[in-house]
Amino acid sequence: MSSSEVAHSGPGASALGPESATLKNNSRIRRFLRRGEPAFAIAPFLIYAFLGLGIPSLAVVYYAFHAQTGGWTLYNIRLVTHGVFLTGFENSIKLGLISSIVPGILGVFLAYAIQTSHSNVLRRLTSTASGVLANFGGINLTFMFIATLGSTGILTYWLHDVGINLASFGFNLFTFSGVLFVYMYFQLPLMVLVITPALGGLRPSWREAAENMGASSWRYWRYVGIPVLMPSILGGMLLLFGSAFAAYATAESLTLGLIALSPIQIGNFLNGNVIAGETHVGYAIAFGMLIILAVTMVLYSLVRKRASKWLR
Amino acid sequence: MALKKIRTVLLAGATVASLTAIGVTAGTGAASGSAMVNWAKVTHLTASGPTSMTALVKAAKAEGKLNVVALPNNWANYGNIIKDFSQKYGITVNSENPEGSSAEEIQAITSDKGRASDPDVIDVGTSYAVTAQSEHLLAPYKVQTWNEIPSGLKQADGYWFDDYGGYVAIGCDTKTVTTCPTSFKDMLNETGAEGYKIGLNNSPLTSNSALAAVEAAAIANGGSLSNVAPGVSFFATLNKNGAFVNTIADSATALAGTTNIILWWDYLQANGGIDVPGWTVTIPTDALLGEYYSQGINADAPDPAAARLWEEYLYSVTGQNLWLAGGARPAELAYMQAHGTANAGLVAKLPPIPAGEVPQFPTTAEITAAASTVESTWAADVGASS
Amino acid sequence: MATLSGAGSVFEVAEAENEEVLAYSIGKPKRRRRIRWWRFVVLLLAGAYFLIPIYAGIKFSLQNVEGHFSFQAYRALPSAPGFTGALTLSFQLAVATMIVSTLLMVPTSIYVHIRLPRLRRVLDVVTVMPIVIPPIVLIVGVLGAFPEWAKASPYLLSFMYVILAMPFVYRSLDAGLSAIDLKTLTEASRSLGGNWIKTMWRVILPNIRPALLSATVLTLALVFGEYTMASLDLWTTIPVWIVQFSISADGPVQVAASMLGLVGTWILLIAVVSLDRSQSRRSHRKLGTL
Repeated sequence: MSSSEVAHSGPGASALGPESATLKNNSRIRRFLRRGEPAFAIAPFLIYAFLGLGIPSLAVVYYAFHAQTGGWTLYNIRLVTHGVFLTGFENSIKLGLISSIVPGILGVFLAYAIQTSHSNVLRRLTSTASGVLANFGGINLTFMFIATLGSTGILTYWLHDVGINLASFGFNLFTFSGVLFVYMYFQLPLMVLVITPALGGLRPSWREAAENMGASSWRYWRYVGIPVLMPSILGGMLLLFGSAFAAYATAESLTLGLIALSPIQIGNFLNGNVIAGETHVGYAIAFGMLIILAVTMVLYSLVRKRASKWLR
Repeated sequence: MALKKIRTVLLAGATVASLTAIGVTAGTGAASGSAMVNWAKVTHLTASGPTSMTALVKAAKAEGKLNVVALPNNWANYGNIIKDFSQKYGITVNSENPEGSSAEEIQAITSDKGRASDPDVIDVGTSYAVTAQSEHLLAPYKVQTWNEIPSGLKQADGYWFDDYGGYVAIGCDTKTVTTCPTSFKDMLNETGAEGYKIGLNNSPLTSNSALAAVEAAAIANGGSLSNVAPGVSFFATLNKNGAFVNTIADSATALAGTTNIILWWDYLQANGGIDVPGWTVTIPTDALLGEYYSQGINADAPDPAAARLWEEYLYSVTGQNLWLAGGARPAELAYMQAHGTANAGLVAKLPPIPAGEVPQFPTTAEITAAASTVESTWAADVGASS
Repeated sequence: MATLSGAGSVFEVAEAENEEVLAYSIGKPKRRRRIRWWRFVVLLLAGAYFLIPIYAGIKFSLQNVEGHFSFQAYRALPSAPGFTGALTLSFQLAVATMIVSTLLMVPTSIYVHIRLPRLRRVLDVVTVMPIVIPPIVLIVGVLGAFPEWAKASPYLLSFMYVILAMPFVYRSLDAGLSAIDLKTLTEASRSLGGNWIKTMWRVILPNIRPALLSATVLTLALVFGEYTMASLDLWTTIPVWIVQFSISADGPVQVAASMLGLVGTWILLIAVVSLDRSQSRRSHRKLGTL
């Protein structure tokens, strides 16, 4: 019922009695519902997202700019943009970047290797394993690596028997490279998890068509395979960056504060046993992490747009 | 009409009056018992009357439960203390989050407020007790043995009071280490792959005991409680020597051989705390650094009577000796030793204090300052040398 | 913006097209041989990297404190204090998360796919947020902002887990819905007289079952592996219990607990996947291919 119809049926309609008046109201309500339909439909989702994401983020911003004793202040922000906290941000970014690119690329190869294998069992095992390992970490993971590559680890002994002394290579689990090595344990499965569906989307007919036109394997990948996969690869890397940047339990048990990392610093203020009553500094660090990630998202969308142009 | 109204009013008035009378008598009837005492406001016990020990026990039993938080079973013998208290008074002890930190205990008080599981009592690092007091989270209470607690180990109005403490000690796996170090200086001796593998129980940025180890190292290397920089450089040297293992040192890493020497509180390493056969605990000869933890009662405790009974129990001879059995030095130890109530056998089992050493106890201010120094220099100094 | 997947779910499509992928993406026999060799190396290295630490952990856990081989660590676990409580809590949270997640995301995704394709961008952006905002930041924000009565319930964790799982659940559903001809199916169903609810329940849902299953499995893995938020919110779920229990137990028992957690979750997931697989094969035989 358009608005013009309602306007014309004004006095005439009311002459028909009370039912027509309600009809008119109903149609107005129905029109309002229809126009607002999109909003109503995804309202539950948006409300939920606001409660679960928006409110905590706002709380972080609020406390970051408030002094412990109340009142607006820039003290916390100024504190965390210097010294060891600044180093923490730098290290966390470095960790996130390297831990998203290397396992990202390796993950694509691994996922492809799994996908093209004959065994159904292998694929089922690895798909469930990826889900579990992508969520694994913390002190459990750290100890497993200590038991493997620590000073008395089994791999260390095996290599010793073969004549290779790990320590002389300067390999140490508790350095930055050691952390990267351990992080791969949950970053690789995460990438495999994300890229496998995309690999499934590589239609075999495309490969057939490419071969029929005389394309080599390299040309296929360069002009068909990688461009199709690129959105998923970049998306996966973003996911990996977020995961490594934000990793808390594993980082904590592996570095014990020897490498300044932002999530651990937040934990020290809000959950430690030493520094009492300075929780707002922790919120300021959290705010810093939010800013870094927001910038990352912007850069990511820029790269996405450019990448699709380069590969054309 | 008017007569009816008057009759209704009189009837109503009589009902109200009689109900009030019943209520009052019921109230005064109960007043003679402990039900009318608001235990949350009681600050100390009296010899007799509604706030006597007998009344407290009755009220606590009526409450039936006690919520404690962050008390591991093998920490200063808390497992047995909880069991004994529970059996003695028939009160169920709910032990929440046994491995929690002091910060988590304080947070639990605020975020659990209103829950029946809100912690009644806390056992935290002293700086946390001070913060909790300033945030009005604690209720003042002085136990019956209040005067037996040294004045330096309690807050004047009873908001918090120290319970037990220990010293930073060197734990060593005698099965794999030929010469166990007896001082911080000794630790610099053996280097390289077959040398010492020294670990801390956690990061000094987050763990009170690890920070204490750094403070002790500072004292041993020319620093002091207010100057912990030498402690940080000591660990930097250790790391450069390859003797420092930067991981959470516990029973598992000790057993695996990853950390054959651990710096931790003496009472936590002894008595099977580090479950490795042949594990010895010695107090370093060049630094005697001790710290006490503190008790506090939640101002909004769901079981205020049980909470106060718990404190009375802990500060009785039984309670203090149970802490002693856990290898910890209870706050009233000096008094008990002077009056012969300390269990001599247990005292003898404590790791001996090297002769001539003066124990140093950092104040809250010193701990906070040390924490800031370590926070800003640990990664740069110790990390850089690895 | 971020699209993290192509068509199909983690499990079904990959299997169905595997044979073709195998045959055609590799091509000539010589290339096939080279690929086989290369694949073998990759899988061997990956297998070594992932399995050796697990082996090291299990080997350590099969000891007693004297260093001799023993099952004592595993025997001590079932009766360990708080184990059953933590397991129950984790299950309750997992079920609650899966139900709320499904109820929230399925109708929303379906609706957006059919009626409001333009809003897909909005959904894309919002569901990427949980990746952008670290769990540690989320939980400290929650602790600072939410009221007492909310923090008093463990289901607050479940509420937040739905948020954490959102990216994976949405991607899975999105891929599944894109793979089927949603418009035709719904039109057909509606023209045959079905209302929206019947359409969703009897037509759409069975067709996106693989995607739903994939989402469910990932949610389960997430809940049973999530440590940071649970430990800061002071609830003893299985991951938190493992860490707590470890610290007060002897070495081998500590590691036994974490090994059991890892392998246990994995077996649970395999069971869930296998269960549905057998069901779906039966139903496909009945209906034929759609």
